[in-house]
Amino acid sequence: MFEDFMVNTWIAATLVAVVAGIVGFFVVIRGASFAAHALPLSAFPGAAAANLVGVNPLLGLLVFSGLGVAGISQLARRGRRDLATALSLVMLLGLGALFLSRTTEYFQAVYALLFGEVLGVSNADLGPVALLGAVSVALIVILFRPLLLSSVSPELGEARGVSARLMEALFLSVVALATAMALPVVGALLVFSLMVGPASAARALTNRPLSAMLLSGAISVVTVWAAIALSFISDWPVGLFVGGLSALTYGAGRSWAWAGERGL
Amino acid sequence: MDVQTLLSLLFEPGFFTSEPVRTAAVIGAAAAIVSGVVGVFTVIRGQSFAGHSLADVSSAGGSAAFLFGINPLLGFLGMGVLAAMSMELVRADRASERDLVTGVVTGAGLGVAALFLYLDMTTSSTTGAAVTVMFGSIFAIPASLVPLALLVGAGALLAIGVLYRPLLLSSLDPDLAAVRGVPVRLMGLLFLIVVALAVALSAITVGAILSTGLLIGPAAIALHLAKRPGLAILLAAVIGVAVTWGGILVSYDSYEWTGGRGWPVSFCIVMLIFVAYAVVAQTGPARERRQEHPLPSGEKPHVTSAG
Repeated sequence: MFEDFMVNTWIAATLVAVVAGIVGFFVVIRGASFAAHALPLSAFPGAAAANLVGVNPLLGLLVFSGLGVAGISQLARRGRRDLATALSLVMLLGLGALFLSRTTEYFQAVYALLFGEVLGVSNADLGPVALLGAVSVALIVILFRPLLLSSVSPELGEARGVSARLMEALFLSVVALATAMALPVVGALLVFSLMVGPASAARALTNRPLSAMLLSGAISVVTVWAAIALSFISDWPVGLFVGGLSALTYGAGRSWAWAGERGL
Repeated sequence: MDVQTLLSLLFEPGFFTSEPVRTAAVIGAAAAIVSGVVGVFTVIRGQSFAGHSLADVSSAGGSAAFLFGINPLLGFLGMGVLAAMSMELVRADRASERDLVTGVVTGAGLGVAALFLYLDMTTSSTTGAAVTVMFGSIFAIPASLVPLALLVGAGALLAIGVLYRPLLLSSLDPDLAAVRGVPVRLMGLLFLIVVALAVALSAITVGAILSTGLLIGPAAIALHLAKRPGLAILLAAVIGVAVTWGGILVSYDSYEWTGGRGWPVSFCIVMLIFVAYAVVAQTGPARERRQEHPLPSGEKPHVTSAG
């Protein structure tokens, strides 16, 4: 499990987990699960497009998650946010269907992009993952106070000069960055499990924002480590364990909060 | 230019005689009508995410069907209904909590999909299960699937017909509905199960992850154009069928323009939906009102009840 070829996997997965856990804290308090689900999924055609044009897949992912952010913010100005999210998502996925029909790369590649391929992380992949992760965390640190204020109470934020619309756009951009970083490792569909499960459990355990955010990062790391270990042992896809363990963490958090309310 | 030439320009030869096209048109229309009708309620209730999640989770059933060689529609259906029930059974009173539950169920369901697709891949490497399940392959639907698809569609429409008044009331104003004795939670559960039926139908048509387009797109367009729910439902069904048939036609014709490679039907349908929505959202009557009173996320639109 800790052979040479697995070292990069552990490093990359840990980086992804920390970032997803930290960003996930804001996903949960903003109630932005749908956006956190839609951005990775709509970024995934970017990799197919990049493959078609012959550029670095990461560039494609960044461009498409950027398009996702633009689509959601633009459409949300005229209608409701969930509709904006759903429609941007299907538009970008539609493009994905087109690109996939144009590439010769087919089955394995689609599967890896959707569900991840943790065992194939090369040295060259680690650099961008670390860089994008660092940028995402740095943005969260810089934005922490205004973003927290705007998430908890948009009205109070506006009164103090924090634009809710700007915070929404910045927040979505951070999710997009984290997405582009995590997608090649854990896949489009499960970046999101890592953003939602650990953070919701952490929120149930503590009321203090900073502790909850750090705790979320920690739970996320443990989830990913356990998932990789289980995947290695069973030879089943890592996504199964990430999704399952995230659901368990959420359930545990809910039970803890429930027990706390009843003074147990 | 005479009519004959114009028609043959519009419809490439063989369009009306092709068996796969006919099957695609029938199943596509059924999926579009059911999705349009169910979609209007989904949009009013602010459950786009749940609708999308049901599709995602149902893909686990679709991929299991590939593995065990059972009817894919039944696979999508079984998993979708299971997901609908688990989402409703976890008690969540606040909207943000409901979102989280939806997200967590989605994550777990997708994990299961990952497993089945992986097993599909390792046990039979020739089938393009991942692509078919996620993006659909409408021209490859066997004609034998038509009766079951129509049955599922009819069941969903019948359920909506029976539940119409209490469902509408509990969607527009849950508190008022509760006061009038409507079992709001039961309505929520039954409704999600109907959404699962609609989603399963469109999953075999445009694929699991794009079924959201047929569910939300036509309904959102219709609710921009018509404020009365009854009219919006009718309009959504019509728009749904129009974009689906339009998409099938464009895709079929595109084989000619692109030298036999063609554009996928899912892409064509989704693009038509998106263009229509973009146009309507720019010009629709709802625009000024929305801008004066921007609705916070999760809040219901002001739809006036019909009569």
